Amino acid sequence: MNLARVIGEVVSTVKDPNLVGTKLLVLQPIAASGEDTGRTLVALDSVGAGVGEQVFFVRGREAAFPFYPAEPPTDASIVGIVDHWDMGSDLDFPFREK
Amino acid sequence: MQICKVVGTVVSTQKNRKLEGAKLLLVQPLTLDGHARGVALIAVDSVGAGVGERVLVVIEGKAAGDALGRKAAAVDAAVVGIIDSVDYRDVE
Repeated sequence: MNLARVIGEVVSTVKDPNLVGTKLLVLQPIAASGEDTGRTLVALDSVGAGVGEQVFFVRGREAAFPFYPAEPPTDASIVGIVDHWDMGSDLDFPFREK
Repeated sequence: MQICKVVGTVVSTQKNRKLEGAKLLLVQPLTLDGHARGVALIAVDSVGAGVGERVLVVIEGKAAGDALGRKAAAVDAAVVGIIDSVDYRDVE
């Protein structure tokens, strides 16, 4: 799973029948530092997320699982809204064995 | 599987039902010589790993779901082991 910011919504009238009733959101993936990273993408929402929220999303075949027994043709789905994340104090790289 | 370092934890109250009770860790993929490679991702923890530890992470849905012990869970990455050591030799 990856962290992302919800930055927009997509409206689509003509679409696959299995996508009817789903919410399509535009995501900007973010790094643990909070900075934007990588390309934006569109994901299905399974938790009631909205624009401006930080979320985490799953990619691949598993992206359809939150909608079971429906099987929407999606490759990315939001599966959680992030309250906050904590970085450890131990962030030095390269990794050294203690 | 990937060698990663646990760099943080993620707290989420509102999440998919199948993820309830799962511990979410931020893991940073590493190169063999211990440098960060790419961006950190979120993995569910099934072994009790903690921040600062080097771990083995599966980045594939079926394996991650198996590690969590739940069928058809919407996860694509899981920590499946805590690494004690890695021995490797550079092949020129």
